[in-house]
Amino acid sequence: MHNMETREKIQFKPETVAEINRIISQFPQGKQKSALLRILHIAQHEFGNWLSVEVMDYIAEFLNIKPIEVYEVASFYSMYNLNPVGKVVLEVCHTGPCCLVGAEKMIKHIEQTLNIKPGETTSDGMFTLKTVECLGACGYGPMLQIGEDYHEKLTIEKLDNLLNVIKNKNN
Amino acid sequence: MGRKILLEKTGIENINTYEVYRREGGYSAVEKALKKMTPEEVVEEVKKSGLRGRGGAGFPAGMKWSFIAKPEGVPRYLLCNADESEPGTFKDRFLMEKIPHLLIEGMILSSYALGCNTSYIYIRGEYMWILRILEKALEEARQNGWLGKNILKSGYDLEIYVSPGAGAYICGEETALIESLEGKRGNPRMKPPFPAVKGLWQSPTVVNNVETISSVVSIVNNGGEQYASIGLGKSTGTKLISACGNIRKPGVYEIELGISVEEFLYSDEYCGGINNGKRLKACIPGGSSVPILPHYLVTKTANGEQRLMTYESLADGGFATGSMLGSGGFIVFDEDQCIVRNTWNFSRFYHHESCGQCSPCREGTGWMDKVLKRIEYGKGNMHDIDLLVSISKNIEGNTICPLGDAAAWPVASAIRHFREEFEWHIKEPVKCLETNYGLVKETELEA
Ligand SMILES: Cc1cc2nc3c(=O)[nH]c(=O)nc-3n(C[C@H](O)[C@H](O)[C@H](O)COP(=O)(O)O)c2cc1C
Ligand code: FES
Repeated sequence: MHNMETREKIQFKPETVAEINRIISQFPQGKQKSALLRILHIAQHEFGNWLSVEVMDYIAEFLNIKPIEVYEVASFYSMYNLNPVGKVVLEVCHTGPCCLVGAEKMIKHIEQTLNIKPGETTSDGMFTLKTVECLGACGYGPMLQIGEDYHEKLTIEKLDNLLNVIKNKNN
Repeated sequence: MGRKILLEKTGIENINTYEVYRREGGYSAVEKALKKMTPEEVVEEVKKSGLRGRGGAGFPAGMKWSFIAKPEGVPRYLLCNADESEPGTFKDRFLMEKIPHLLIEGMILSSYALGCNTSYIYIRGEYMWILRILEKALEEARQNGWLGKNILKSGYDLEIYVSPGAGAYICGEETALIESLEGKRGNPRMKPPFPAVKGLWQSPTVVNNVETISSVVSIVNNGGEQYASIGLGKSTGTKLISACGNIRKPGVYEIELGISVEEFLYSDEYCGGINNGKRLKACIPGGSSVPILPHYLVTKTANGEQRLMTYESLADGGFATGSMLGSGGFIVFDEDQCIVRNTWNFSRFYHHESCGQCSPCREGTGWMDKVLKRIEYGKGNMHDIDLLVSISKNIEGNTICPLGDAAAWPVASAIRHFREEFEWHIKEPVKCLETNYGLVKETELEA
């Protein structure tokens, strides 16, 4: 997707660079790699919701570590998207406790409403549906996460409302 | 009303802010420790308190602290485990959201006791909004002189930082957490060397759960003996229990250790009983990794004694008829829930979360996931049940970290107590799918 032309454009905003330097300074000299996970979150946010190889290479350069050290971390943790995703990612918990209170019904409802399966993105590029494991909201299920926000105690009506609000906001 | 220590003040308006926390007596334990106590005396009080680790294993905190190596000129680290990813567990989040300064005060006390000048809170990446709450609270603490150089002119320096994970259950395991905090994949390390000798960046390190560290505040304020007088026997103090599943009042509760399971499950002060007037089918009392208990072993032990909310009583009967207090993730199943489906669900979870280093866990969790799925979808055969038992036995104890055990126990205990339900899925697949619980009846026979 990215070629050498876009490669040049991969650069953190100045305020992001300041934030990243603040994070790096929390670790001893030479241990800047410890900042990697947080920087990957920031990069994913800044560069369109996913981590391309070019973005990972840029971070490796930034932290003065080998590209493979970034790839192996990015591929280990489930919060990083290694492929493009929709503008809004619906991360629905499908672990046991949430299923006891109806998570599967919510997932099915999203599948039917948006006409996508988990892992897929709507054709307009708006929504991606992702099933995820327990997010620490088991007593407030069913639940889903969008960006940093938790949406808890979901019902079909709440879900419909939420999807409509998002659609309207992005139109 | 039960005794409250951790949640005593969470009802106070704006207790999440520095001003109110301080006004309500916050940070007085730091004043006491730094002005009047040596680090050794703080460790001594924690030992006397009998406080046990609240992250799952229940290891005595004071004893863990006394193991930390103290080589000259090498920094030591305290890491707070805020990974909270054991299914059924959502208590640490409650503390950090409601009263973040309590954790910070506990971190200062614990770091002082251990002789750490830099400490980290490792928090799961999905809790990014809580990371921001903590960073704001840390900044307030710093501005008011509780962090930084020469705190309260005691000569003691401390900085505390927060660092996120990015979605990996395994990073709650202490050595995987250390790897992750070093910016690597969360592959657990071989022990020995133990983190107390070689942990973060090969330095002596202690990892403690959010709730354990927060409990230290009360211990320093009121003394270890006072803390030990609460609770029952070796289960001292109070414990946060996060209750979920088919109960009337899911949520986070602080209990005095030693109340009965019956009171916790049925009284209106806590869970309020089973939802929708249904009957209890089963309960997993300590997070998804501990054995499931069928209804007749939940409020009573196999000997007919009342079962209590303590480390000892929940484990009474061993693996045959007991379970564990674990992380305090209390998961309740009503009569409509399918045990096979839930067991498969958890197996899928462990399969997904296995880091892949050890073959018994990597292959075994995937195999159990597959076999359970085919049983749930009416495609299993009778040998599958014993196959599952055999796979779980071959994982248990054969891996670097306890994730293998955590994956094996739920399967073994579900088969032990609910064998007929597994057999029924195999013998009567069509009838089972027609009358089975939940969504399966809407699904095709094809898995
Ligand atoms: C797979 C696995 C996941 C774990 N997850 C957590 C966790 O999310 N939070 C936690 O505090 N401890 C967790 N633990 C336990 C930690 O390894 C460690 O025992 C604990 O953080 C020590 O703190 P404590 O003594 O205060 O309980 C986990 C252990 C394993 C094996
Ligand atoms: S099971 Fe869904 S948040 Fe824990």
